[in-house]
Amino acid sequence: MSMDYFLSEEQQMIVDTARQITDERIIPNRAELDEKHQFPRQILNEMARADLFGVPIPEEYGGFGGGCFDIVLTVEQLGRGCIGVGTAFSANFLGVYPIILAGSPEMKAKYLPDVATGKKFGAFGLTEANAGSDASGIQTTAVLDGDEWVLNGTKQWITNGGEAQIYTVVAITDRSRGPRGASLFVVEEGDPGFSCGPKEKKMGIRASSTTELIFKDCRIPKDRIIGRPGTGFITVMKTLDLSRPGIAALGVGLAQGALDVAVTYAKQRNQFGKPIIAFQAVQHMLADMAIGIESARALVYAAAKHIQEHPKDMSKASSMCKVYATDVAMKVTTDAVQVLGGYGYMCEYPVEKMMRDAKILQIYEGTNQIQRNVIGQELNKEYS
Amino acid sequence: MKIIVCIKQVPDAKDVRLDPITNTLAREGVQSIMNPYDQYALEEAVRLKEKCGGEVTVISMGPPQAEEVLRQAISCGADSAVLISDRAFAGADTWATAYTLEHAIKKIGNFDLILCGKQAIDGDTAQVGPGLATRHGIPYITCVQRIRATTETGLIAERMMDDGFDVVAVDYPALLSVVKDINEPRVPSIKGKMKAKKAEIVRLNAQTIEADPACIGLPGSPTKVVNVFPPQARGVRSVLTGTLDEQIDQLVEKLLPYL
Amino acid sequence: MEQGSSMLKVSKELCIGCGICADNCPFAAITIEDGLAVVGESCNLCGACVENCDVGALTLTVSGRKAQEDLAGWSGVSVFCEYRGGELAPVSLELLGIGRKLADQRGVKLSAILLGFETRETASLLIGHGADAVILVDHEALRDFRDDCYAAVFTHLVRQYRPEIVLAGATAIGRSFIPAVATTLNTGLTADCTKLEIRDQDGMLLQTRPAFGGNIMATIVCEASRPQMATVRPKVMKALDFNADRKGEVIVVKPPVNLLQSKMKVIESVVGQASTVNIQDADILVSGGRGLETAKGFELIKKLADTLGAKVSASRAVVDAGWIPYPHQVGQTGKTVAPKLYIACGISGAVQHVAGMQSAETIVAINRDEHATIFNVADYGLVGDLYEIIPKLIAKLEERRRL
Repeated sequence: MSMDYFLSEEQQMIVDTARQITDERIIPNRAELDEKHQFPRQILNEMARADLFGVPIPEEYGGFGGGCFDIVLTVEQLGRGCIGVGTAFSANFLGVYPIILAGSPEMKAKYLPDVATGKKFGAFGLTEANAGSDASGIQTTAVLDGDEWVLNGTKQWITNGGEAQIYTVVAITDRSRGPRGASLFVVEEGDPGFSCGPKEKKMGIRASSTTELIFKDCRIPKDRIIGRPGTGFITVMKTLDLSRPGIAALGVGLAQGALDVAVTYAKQRNQFGKPIIAFQAVQHMLADMAIGIESARALVYAAAKHIQEHPKDMSKASSMCKVYATDVAMKVTTDAVQVLGGYGYMCEYPVEKMMRDAKILQIYEGTNQIQRNVIGQELNKEYS
Repeated sequence: MKIIVCIKQVPDAKDVRLDPITNTLAREGVQSIMNPYDQYALEEAVRLKEKCGGEVTVISMGPPQAEEVLRQAISCGADSAVLISDRAFAGADTWATAYTLEHAIKKIGNFDLILCGKQAIDGDTAQVGPGLATRHGIPYITCVQRIRATTETGLIAERMMDDGFDVVAVDYPALLSVVKDINEPRVPSIKGKMKAKKAEIVRLNAQTIEADPACIGLPGSPTKVVNVFPPQARGVRSVLTGTLDEQIDQLVEKLLPYL
Repeated sequence: MEQGSSMLKVSKELCIGCGICADNCPFAAITIEDGLAVVGESCNLCGACVENCDVGALTLTVSGRKAQEDLAGWSGVSVFCEYRGGELAPVSLELLGIGRKLADQRGVKLSAILLGFETRETASLLIGHGADAVILVDHEALRDFRDDCYAAVFTHLVRQYRPEIVLAGATAIGRSFIPAVATTLNTGLTADCTKLEIRDQDGMLLQTRPAFGGNIMATIVCEASRPQMATVRPKVMKALDFNADRKGEVIVVKPPVNLLQSKMKVIESVVGQASTVNIQDADILVSGGRGLETAKGFELIKKLADTLGAKVSASRAVVDAGWIPYPHQVGQTGKTVAPKLYIACGISGAVQHVAGMQSAETIVAINRDEHATIFNVADYGLVGDLYEIIPKLIAKLEERRRL
C-alpha cells in the first residue's frame, strides 16, 4: 500500500516481525490497555522474544547493530497498532542511547546485553516541573561525596517510570559552568533514595507509564556517571536528535492506522444510497490524508538514512521529520474521526483513541515550536 | 529430549473453492501456509525444549515447495528440518502417509516425543497422528489441550473429550496431537528468520527411506477419491417470491446443502 | 529402483495443446507450455484429465493396491457403539439407522459392537434400534477410554467377525482410536462422512465427505481392502425409532487378557467443563438481535441453531442488555466471523454489526422491517414476524431432513 522504498532483505525481516507483533498482539489488545491505563508488559516480552529490542544495540553487546533507519522501520509498524505501546518501546531506547553514545566500555557491557534481550528496560530523565522546553533550567543536582554521587531533585513526566530498571538521569554537577555544568548518570531501580511517583492519568498513550522520578539523597557508585562530567547536555542533545525520527515514525504509523480505519469504514457506511467513499467531500479528505502520510514517511525515511551516515549533522533532519510527521498525525487522526462521524466519536471504533494519542507527538521530545526554532537556526547557520 | 514435529503445507482452506461450472479448484489468491494446528504443535515442542532441554526436528512430507514451511518452522525455534519428497508419494491417503512418515522417522533416529497438529485443514481427517503412532507401536494422546507435567520418563496431558477432558499419563516414546489454544504460537524472531534462511534442509526420498513402492502414494492407498464436487447446489441464486410460506419453502431448499 | 509405478504420461505425438486437461484438473496441476501439456507437482493421479482428453494423449498407469485375497469372505455391517460415563453416545443409534439401510441393501446382517463397562441394558436398546446382533465386551479395562486397549479389542473383533463395512461415530473417541484400527488392519478409513451409499455395480460403499474445511465435497471408495471403514459426525444420520419387538442376539465376548492392557493411564475424567464459546469456528451462525424483543427469544434462536448444527451469536444490543454473554457478540467490538451461512434474526444491520459478519458466504436476514439495512447485505431475506417465520423454518427443515 505504501510506495516501494526498496528495503533490503534484512530490513524487510525487521518490518515483517514488527508488523506481525502489531497485528497479532497490539491491535487486539490496544482498547483494553487504553481503558485500563495498563503497561503492555506481555507485549513487550513478546517483542523481546522476537529480537526487536536488539535492533539498535551494537552487535558486540548482543544486538543487530542497526541504525536510525532500522529503528524507524520497527517503530512505524508498532505505531500503526498503538503509540502507547510504541512510546514504551521508543522511550526504552531514549534511556539507553546515552550509554551507547557516551558510556565507557565497562558500562556498555554491564547494561546493553540485558537491554538487547528485553530483560531490562530503560527510561530517560530530563524534564522537570520548571524545565521543559528550557532544559537548562533543571534543578536536580549531583554532588560527589567520596565514592558516591548523591542526587537530589525530582523529574517529571518520565516515560517508563516505575517499569524500567535503568534510568539515565541529567543532573547539575557544577552550576557555575552553566550549560557545561550538567552530567548524565545511570540510576538503577532499587538504588537507595530513588523512588517513582504514582502513574499520571493522561489524555492519550495510556498504555505508557508516566511518573515522577524522586531523588532524595539518592546514592549511586562513582562509576555510574556517563562520560565526563559537564558533557551532560551535549549527550542529551545527541540522544534526542537520534531518537526523534523514531517519534516521527510513530506519527507515520499512527496516521497510517487511522487512514486504514477511515477508508474501510467509508467503503462500508451507506448514506443517501451510496457508500460514503463515493462522495467527493470524503474522497478529498482521504486523499489529503494519504498524501500527508506518504510525504511524512518519505521525509522520515530520508532523515533517518541521512542521520545514519552523518551523525554530526543530525539536528535539522531530525527536527524536520519530527515536526512534519507529528503534525500530519494530528491532522490525519482528527480527520479520521470526522470521516467516521458519530461512530468516530464512540469508543467502539479505534479512531477517537488515535486522535487522543496523537496530541502528545507534537509535544514530547521537544515541542514542535522548539523544533521550528532549531530548523530556523540551522538555516541561519547554513547560509552564513 | 528429542522431539519430532510433523508439519504440512496446505492451501489456506477457507479460500479454496471449486468452480461450480468447471469443477476445478479456483487457485487464484489461495496462499500456501503451514497447517495452523501444526503451528501449535511446533510451539508446544519448542516450549518443551526450552523447559527440559533437547532438540526439535520438524519433518514434512510434501512437494519441494513444502520447504517454505520447514524454514518457517526453524524461524519459530525448530533446530533442524527434514523434507520427505518424491513424486512417488503423490496421491497418498492417510494410510500411505503414515507409512511414509514412519519410514522417514526410522531414518531420522530415536525420539522421545512426536507432536502433530490434530488435523490438516485440507484433508480434515485427523487420522495420520494415530496411524503413525500405531505403526511405531507407541502410545498416543489425541486432542491435547494442555501438557500438565513432564518427567524424565513421560508426561501427563489433558485430552479434550466431547463432554470435558481426561487427564492421561504416558511414558516416552509417545505421540501427541494437539488442538488450538494449547498455547499461543510465538512471532518468529529476527534471529530465527536469519537462521531459517541459511538452514540446510535434509532431503529424503522414497529410496532413502527404503519405502516399499506398493505402500506409498496412490498405489499404497486403500482409499481413492472417485468424485469431487462443490457443496452447494449449482444454479443461479434467485430472489424469494410468493407468499411468506412459499418463500420459506424456497429458502429451505437453498439451505438444504448446509444441513 | 523405479520411481514408483504410478505415472501420468503425456504423449508428445498425440497432444495438441488444447488445454482441456488443464481446465479439468481439480488440482490445477497441468499447464500448457509450448503447445504441450506439462504435469506439475500438485498432480494427485485422480485421472480427471485422462477422461477428458479428446485425443487420448494422456495415460495413467497405476498399479493400484493389490486386492485383498479373500474380499468376498467379508460380509456384514458393524457399528461401533460408544459407551462412556454410564451413557450410550446418541450417534451410535444414528449409525444403526444408516447401518440398517446399508445392511438391507447388501442383504447382510447388522451388528453393533459395544465396548464399555457396566453397560447394563444397552445391548437390548441397540437391538431395538435396528441391530441384528450385539457383540458385547463389558470389562473394567474399558471403563476409561484408552486408545490402545479399545483399538486392540475392536481390531480383534473385526478380524473375528469380518464385516465388510465398519461405521463409527466421529466423536472424540471415534476419531481417536478408529484410525489406529484401520492402520493395523491395513485398510481404508474415511472420516466425517455426510453420506453413505452402496454402489450399484459392485456393492462398494461410496463414502462422501467434506474437505478443505467444507469447501469441497469428495466421494471415496475403498475397493481392494476390507473392512471399508467410515466415521460419521453426530446428528448427520437418523436413528430408527425404537421397536421393542425387534429380535437379535447378544454375544458376550471375553477377549484375551493381553488385549486389555494399556500403555496409557487415565488419571481422572473432568466432565461438564463448559467449553469456551468460539463462534469464529462455526460454519453456520444463527444470530439474534433486538427484534427478538425479550431474552426468551434466544430459546427459539437456539432451536433453529440446533436444527442446522449451528452456533448462536448476537448483536451488541442484546449482549449489552444481558440476554446473552459477550463471547457471542458479532461486530466491531465483538468478533469478526466468516461462516458459510449467517442467519440474522431481528437484527437491523447497523454498520458496526455488518462489519463483523459481511464476509459470511451466504447471509439470510429475517426482519419485520422491510427497510432494515440488513437486507442490503443479505442474499436471502424474509420480511415478517420472526416468531412466526422461525418455527415454520425449523419444521420445514426437519421435514426435509427426514426424507
